[in-house]
Amino acid sequence: MTETSEALLEVRDLVVEFPTRRGILRAVDQISFSLMPGEVLGLVGESGAGKSLTGTALIGLLEPPGRIASGTVRLKGQQINGLPPEELRKIRGRRIGMVFQDPLTSLNPLYRVGEQLIETIRTHLPLSEAEARQRAVDLLMEVGIPAAERRLDSYPHEFSGGMRQRVVIALALAAEPELVIADEPTTALDVSVQAQIIAVLKRLCREKNTAVILITHDMGVIAETADRVAVMYAGRIVEIGPVRDVIKSPRHPYTKGLMGSIPDPEAEAERLIQIPGSMPRLTHIPKGCAFNPRCGFANDQCRTERPPVRAVGKGSVACFLDEAQLTALSLEARR
Amino acid sequence: MTAVASASHADAVPLLTVEGLRCVFDVSKPWLNRVLEGASKQSLQAVDDVSFFIPKGETFALVGESGSGKSTIAKMIVGLLRPTNGEIRFDGTDITKVGNAAEMRRLRRRFQMIFQDPYASLNPRMRVDTIIAEPLRAFGILSEDGAIATRVAELLRLVRLDPADGVKFPHEFSGGQRQRIAIARALAGNPEFLVCDEPTSALDVSVQAQILNLMKDLQAEFGLTYLLISHNLAVVRHMATRVGVLYLGRLVEVAPSRQLFTAPRHPYTRMLLDAVPDLAMSGRQRLPVQGEIPNPITPPSGCFYHPRCPLANERCTQERPALVPAAEGYVACHAVAEGRAA
Repeated sequence: MTETSEALLEVRDLVVEFPTRRGILRAVDQISFSLMPGEVLGLVGESGAGKSLTGTALIGLLEPPGRIASGTVRLKGQQINGLPPEELRKIRGRRIGMVFQDPLTSLNPLYRVGEQLIETIRTHLPLSEAEARQRAVDLLMEVGIPAAERRLDSYPHEFSGGMRQRVVIALALAAEPELVIADEPTTALDVSVQAQIIAVLKRLCREKNTAVILITHDMGVIAETADRVAVMYAGRIVEIGPVRDVIKSPRHPYTKGLMGSIPDPEAEAERLIQIPGSMPRLTHIPKGCAFNPRCGFANDQCRTERPPVRAVGKGSVACFLDEAQLTALSLEARR
Repeated sequence: MTAVASASHADAVPLLTVEGLRCVFDVSKPWLNRVLEGASKQSLQAVDDVSFFIPKGETFALVGESGSGKSTIAKMIVGLLRPTNGEIRFDGTDITKVGNAAEMRRLRRRFQMIFQDPYASLNPRMRVDTIIAEPLRAFGILSEDGAIATRVAELLRLVRLDPADGVKFPHEFSGGQRQRIAIARALAGNPEFLVCDEPTSALDVSVQAQILNLMKDLQAEFGLTYLLISHNLAVVRHMATRVGVLYLGRLVEVAPSRQLFTAPRHPYTRMLLDAVPDLAMSGRQRLPVQGEIPNPITPPSGCFYHPRCPLANERCTQERPALVPAAEGYVACHAVAEGRAA
């Protein structure tokens, strides 16, 4: 992406490392992307791609010994990585909200939902107890919880999974942040509940012009929700672009294989396209392009040099294949 | 393909027939609490009068959301749970009534199960070749070491693993490879019928594709019959010949796969299909999902789906709809039966 002054979030060459006895492991390897206000960016990849770590690194919640080894994260031009923990705490919740996969980890089981909402609201906004309570009721109503006034006095365990996730979304949006990072927000939910939660998240973020980084392994959720999507593989972004382009005409061989391996409910293919092998472990990231051992197009350059990210069409791709070859790949794609 | 499958229904001999299957769990509080608090006994109908059959060589899928009873049915079929009542006939024999241990053993050999979590279903302290050889020894199929080693190597090749991998332990394999090992173990006794409970839910999509392709290849090669349990509708569409949709322990619709996905009848099936994220990005307008699954301990009266159903009327709130033939399948819905469903 080109450098733009009005970008809400600007991530440049972010590297996340874990020092271990066997040496330093790079879990996120020089990734760059930017996010406009109100934009929904999907971060998609299979287990071990580094998508969740990217999310936690952005908000300074990496568990030690994990650390940001290099790179910058800028929120409206202000560098936020490396800020003292106190400063970061003020940004989290106030300017960046978070929604995690398991709503029970985000809610304290010992406090009523209302107390947790009111506490969050009053930490970040200068409101009185009564005003904060009213705001908590409004928030619960906005996320579609029936009888919000009464539910304020319920404990988290008294809600169903879907309702709990609604409460977490209300918490994340309590201080009207500019950005919400949602890490697999619907993975633990049934498909009908998932549809409800996605609808709530989409509607609220559109209404409040909140930008979203949506981390998921589910391409369907991305297709429904995101404006742009970044595909991660072994800690790197291999392809980033408008969601329609990436899903309908993936260019990177990995994205193409990933899309082909999803059973298509519309078509009745006898066999699915399969990528041989599986995601490499962090201790065994291949040299050159991390995808080269599983790629049908790999040549000697792919095995030795890391492909740079370059602009192709409206997006960017990290692959040595030239534009004509990549376009041919995308035309060959199923849809 | 679907036409052939349904045409063969009438004459195909069902390998498995389930009739009036019911499973009730006692979820009461402990005795002392009941006495002190005056609470009464509570029961949960996990599976409520479910009937279906699977012809030889077909894949029958059971879909439903959490709590719909799909895994409970799988467990009862393989004998891990005792049904409260109902019949499970495998190749003509009701396996719930087989009293003779030797006969049960003979039957057991013919059906196997593949579990969801390949991390939990393989013993971490056993070598892979021992894991795969276990059913061979347990069923007394082979007893001579050389013959067992040959068979294990053959099974590993069958699931596209290297026979040399037999000396390794499960932790040395990825999730997809472990699921292959679980499949090799299931195939060791040359079963005819496999119950696959969410076989790819713990796997990434690219690995899921490998396992689904493998399952299809093995089915074509050995004429296997599958019962596939899944919440993933795309997987079900890809694999199944026929599909049964469960809601709160009851079958609401059974239909050939293509019919179910192109012309769903039951309002719940329609809602479920509508809720699947639209990967084709067609921009189609969808009905928002209404409500949530009710508590199964205190289910609604009449049709379980009526509180969420846009077509519900007085009758739906009182009378349980029976599963009646509709097109090439069966539907349990008053609105469909009365022609109120558009």
